[in-house]
Amino acid sequence: MIEKTAVPDKNQIKSRFPSKKVLIRPKAIIECYTEIPCNPCETSCPFDAITIGEDINKIPTIDFDKCTGCGICVYSCPGLAIMNVMIKNGKAYFKIAYELLPLPKVDEKWLAINRHGDEIATCKIEQVMPPKKTNNKTALITVSVEQPYLYDFVTIRRAHE
Amino acid sequence: MIKRDLVIVGGGPAGLCAAKVALDAGMSVTLVERFNRLGGQLIKQTHKFFGSESQYAKTRGYDIAEILIKELDGYGDLEVLLEATCVGLYPDKVLTIYQDNHYFKYQGKSVIIATGASEKVLAFENNDLPGIYGAGAVQTLMNIYGIKPGSEVVMVGSGNIGLIVSYQLIQAGIKVKCLVEAASKIGGYLVHASKLKRLGVDILMNTTIKRAIGKEKLEKIVTVKLDENWQEIKNTETEIKTDALCISVGLSPLHQLMSMAGAKMLDVSELGGLVPKKTCDYETTIEHVYACGDVTGIEEASSAMVEGRIAGLMAAKHLGFKHPKAFELEETLNNQLCVLRQGPCGEKIRCGLKKAGEIND
Repeated sequence: MIEKTAVPDKNQIKSRFPSKKVLIRPKAIIECYTEIPCNPCETSCPFDAITIGEDINKIPTIDFDKCTGCGICVYSCPGLAIMNVMIKNGKAYFKIAYELLPLPKVDEKWLAINRHGDEIATCKIEQVMPPKKTNNKTALITVSVEQPYLYDFVTIRRAHE
Repeated sequence: MIKRDLVIVGGGPAGLCAAKVALDAGMSVTLVERFNRLGGQLIKQTHKFFGSESQYAKTRGYDIAEILIKELDGYGDLEVLLEATCVGLYPDKVLTIYQDNHYFKYQGKSVIIATGASEKVLAFENNDLPGIYGAGAVQTLMNIYGIKPGSEVVMVGSGNIGLIVSYQLIQAGIKVKCLVEAASKIGGYLVHASKLKRLGVDILMNTTIKRAIGKEKLEKIVTVKLDENWQEIKNTETEIKTDALCISVGLSPLHQLMSMAGAKMLDVSELGGLVPKKTCDYETTIEHVYACGDVTGIEEASSAMVEGRIAGLMAAKHLGFKHPKAFELEETLNNQLCVLRQGPCGEKIRCGLKKAGEIND
């Protein structure tokens, strides 16, 4: 179905997540579902947590024991297909790559958006790393949403659009 | 007549990479570019590139152009002709270059054709209304000149260009009303399509443009659903209000110079149409005339860069110029191409190259 809709189903999404216990620390969730010739996630990871191998078309695998949730792969991925996820005090914290303007500001309330592009909730902007810092014109935004949206949240949208 | 070791036609990713390798081998090089700056399509590409580090993966296209152009700094034997169009190529490797209202005659001991590709168009009623663009034109307006092509856009085609340009339109603050695709599967990388979905763009499969409506300029389009045999399904016409329509339905190799010179051409649909027959050294049937990049088969810019480097290396080698790293480079580059093409996305190009090879035999 994903070839027609560009939206993965729930099982596909869950297959990319570690158990909730592991998510007490931030981990990279890699949503690369089809083989394409691409490996910056592997080569940018300072901890060798991501493996693709010599055939760069293979789908990346991640070792959650090695992943520190540093966020480098999040802004390196050309497909914007990686985010960091962490669970804390009933909230899910996401660090996403964001390439639109204007950038959100810390403490603002934005809309939480799912993979279909639908609004699912509001979220709080926790942290904004501007493009200057990531050095490749991609901002990194950390947001918090209620934990039940763990497998639904994918991006943010300005509230009054 | 100006004589050079190598004349390269086209200053895009393939031509720039060919120039660098040929200069390293000690050739005198003239690089002919039609636009007023080098870089080809790369200068409009605001997205991060795929591939691996050797093809500048995760670097944005216009930054890759900068890198490739900078690599040519400091070579005394490089001449770059800008706003110069190669209008003729002859079997004795004489080229007619049109620049600033004058025609110049060049002759290369070898010639590399890296002219790239042109966009395919779509036939439908009123397809000449202002407001109907090719995706390349939209990118030029938006990313080079900073001009919005419209306030709302409907995109046709879900290949990588259609997906990427839709995303760029949204980044530029333009509403993408929907993306229509005649096939039943998304053509480009799914990660690109997923980016659009989460931004709220509807992707309509098995749908094409029936006609455009408007007096002075585009006002509305009419889409129609297609069945599995690509036939229109009755009573599925839908009107969509929009002031811009962007067409991204594939590319055709710009083969004309090689056809003109009399190089043997092959018609291979998987490669995008007419392409020159070539050896594994990228040499066409005219000795010392090489072709690389999209003109030899439609692919990503990553492959065009690698092909350009191989063509530059071979042009040097066959004239006795020694590149300091010729041996390792040849092996590394051929290996890079294999890796780029070996996955499911490379199936079409592999099939096309095989066909071209079979026709060779």
